[in-house]
Amino acid sequence: MEILKGIGASPGISIGPVFLLASGKVKTIKTRIPASRIEEEMARFRSAVETVEGELNRLICDLPEEIKEHSNILQSHILMLRDRMVYDKTLALIKEQGINAEWAIKKALQNVKAIFAKIPDAYIRERLEDIEFVVKRVETVLSGNNVSLDLFAVEEPVIVVARDLSPADTLQISRENVAGFVTEFGSRTSHTAILARSLGIPAVVGVEDVTLHCYSGELIVADGLKGQVVIEPTAQMLQQYQDKRQRYVRYRLEVVQNSNLPAETMDGYRIKVEANMELVDEIPIIIQHGAEGVGLLRTEFLYLDRKELPSEEQLFYVYREVAERLSPYHVTIRTLDIGGDKLVSSISTDNEINPALGLRAIRLCLRERGLFRAQLRAILRASAYGNIRLLFPMISGKSEIVEVKKVLTQVMKELADAGIPHNKDIKIGIMIEVPSAVLIADVLAREVDFFSIGTNDLIQYSLAIDRINEAVSHLYEPLHPSILRMLKVIVDAGHSAGIEVGMCGEMAGEPLYVPILLGIGLDELSMNAMAVPKNKRLIRQSNQEVCAAFATQLLGLESAKAIKKRAVEFFRENYPQDMETSDFLEFGITI
Amino acid sequence: MKCEKQVVILNRLGLHARPASRFAQLASSFDSEIWLVRDGQCVDGKSILEVLTFACPSGTSLLIQAEGPDAKEAVEALADLVATRFGEID
Repeated sequence: MEILKGIGASPGISIGPVFLLASGKVKTIKTRIPASRIEEEMARFRSAVETVEGELNRLICDLPEEIKEHSNILQSHILMLRDRMVYDKTLALIKEQGINAEWAIKKALQNVKAIFAKIPDAYIRERLEDIEFVVKRVETVLSGNNVSLDLFAVEEPVIVVARDLSPADTLQISRENVAGFVTEFGSRTSHTAILARSLGIPAVVGVEDVTLHCYSGELIVADGLKGQVVIEPTAQMLQQYQDKRQRYVRYRLEVVQNSNLPAETMDGYRIKVEANMELVDEIPIIIQHGAEGVGLLRTEFLYLDRKELPSEEQLFYVYREVAERLSPYHVTIRTLDIGGDKLVSSISTDNEINPALGLRAIRLCLRERGLFRAQLRAILRASAYGNIRLLFPMISGKSEIVEVKKVLTQVMKELADAGIPHNKDIKIGIMIEVPSAVLIADVLAREVDFFSIGTNDLIQYSLAIDRINEAVSHLYEPLHPSILRMLKVIVDAGHSAGIEVGMCGEMAGEPLYVPILLGIGLDELSMNAMAVPKNKRLIRQSNQEVCAAFATQLLGLESAKAIKKRAVEFFRENYPQDMETSDFLEFGITI
Repeated sequence: MKCEKQVVILNRLGLHARPASRFAQLASSFDSEIWLVRDGQCVDGKSILEVLTFACPSGTSLLIQAEGPDAKEAVEALADLVATRFGEID
């Protein structure tokens, strides 16, 4: 037995035979065609293209409803296939050079490749993959090896194992025949991962060399919850996984069916359960999982991997779409939360010895005013189209938020003067993630409309632990007494000032902590969308008064160890059903 | 008949895969020949690959040219497609 580690990209357990998706090249047989048979060869090529076109058209018709919106990828495949740079060029090559269709299309592709290589925009350059995909299909048909699209031939559900899956590959794969995806590349936010999640197919990505570790037909386990793949499972392991799968399916069914029920405790205490999000593609998942809004929209991705800063216009379109599609729920947009080192070279920052304590987040924005104002303008303009809240990261003292509000007021005035619509009463909040902000939470609460506790940084800064550093990561302890006390201070300060207090760090989505957070009195918990249903269910099974007494008890304990022990006990006593399934509760933290 | 119109790409990601595919698709539905011109460079508006490899980021100013029986309708329809950001919210 061998266990390979990866990243859980879509939850669930899948047990089935491997289907190794060949990513190798189709071997090109090159021959010269006598003049007398040129016409015939051209006809052979035309007919191969028609076959592929027919397949693609059929796929478009058969796409399941959940992923219909992705059909444009296949539409553009058809256009590429018929493009004169591919279609006409291949025919011309056959005719003029007297070569066979396989050879000619290869040449045509080389030509296209050379042109694409010169394109500066990486996003467009990547589309070459799509052209290569259609060309490969034509080559396969020409080779006479047309098993149609590989997976149509599969009779029983398989686990597709590949080095990488393009969105096109994923779309090709008919859902009934696929039990899981395992890839060597990819991340949780890659297109394939998102598709797998919307189709509810378990997926593990980033499994190093997995294609070398198994062969087509052998039975493996893909554990999308833990993010691992089990090759040659022992009988015992297999039995365990079958049980786990059954429990998970039952659990999931119940959880999702009830995901739209309110997060209200048995004694009538209402708390908001929201989602953290990053990509526009995640909106359907967020809605499906019953999130009551977005408690944290990370805005960094639009700034990364780019040659130049995104324009106000570009940001506006994205924010507007998110606001419109999630309306009437609120969307909490956090302004840029990265260090200068991650940004384009136009903003120069010196090499920092300690970036976590350096020029980042609000500090960077207050120094690079142009960058900050463009983002604020975009957010404000989008605020006319939905329910947007503004969230500022890494505030450590009053002067920062005062300065931020000054900039905001100026930007609003500019917009008003120009007659550009925006929400003048937009709610503004700050992240509480720096220990100094905790100690003056009462002061800060008077300046803003809401707090959002960022536990990841708060714990890191408070305990002086770099979680990435393996030598000390075991000391990273969310249940450290100091952390619980801080949470209490923040919530009390917020409530005294009459503002809401939410949490958007990983701690908010972890079931073990939820009763504690309920007890301390948080108003909003924002988490990975996948973790929403199970936590809402947990809240519905809770009693706020009991949780409050429990939290008070924990606050009296002196060590993280003692608190954790008591927390687990409490969980076992009050949520036995969820304890039984606790092995998949991990999903909330692992992804 | 000949016809032309200046347009600006408004989409966030520029004239990328989806918009290029919509453009080429619509252009192909007309009989006229259709060209996209930028800084003296010119590509076939009916070819998704040529439009794509033209690599126009957001904000690019382009001239749409058409020559043929339905040139006027073609230019109008295509300019409209560009102005409405190819029907995308992006």
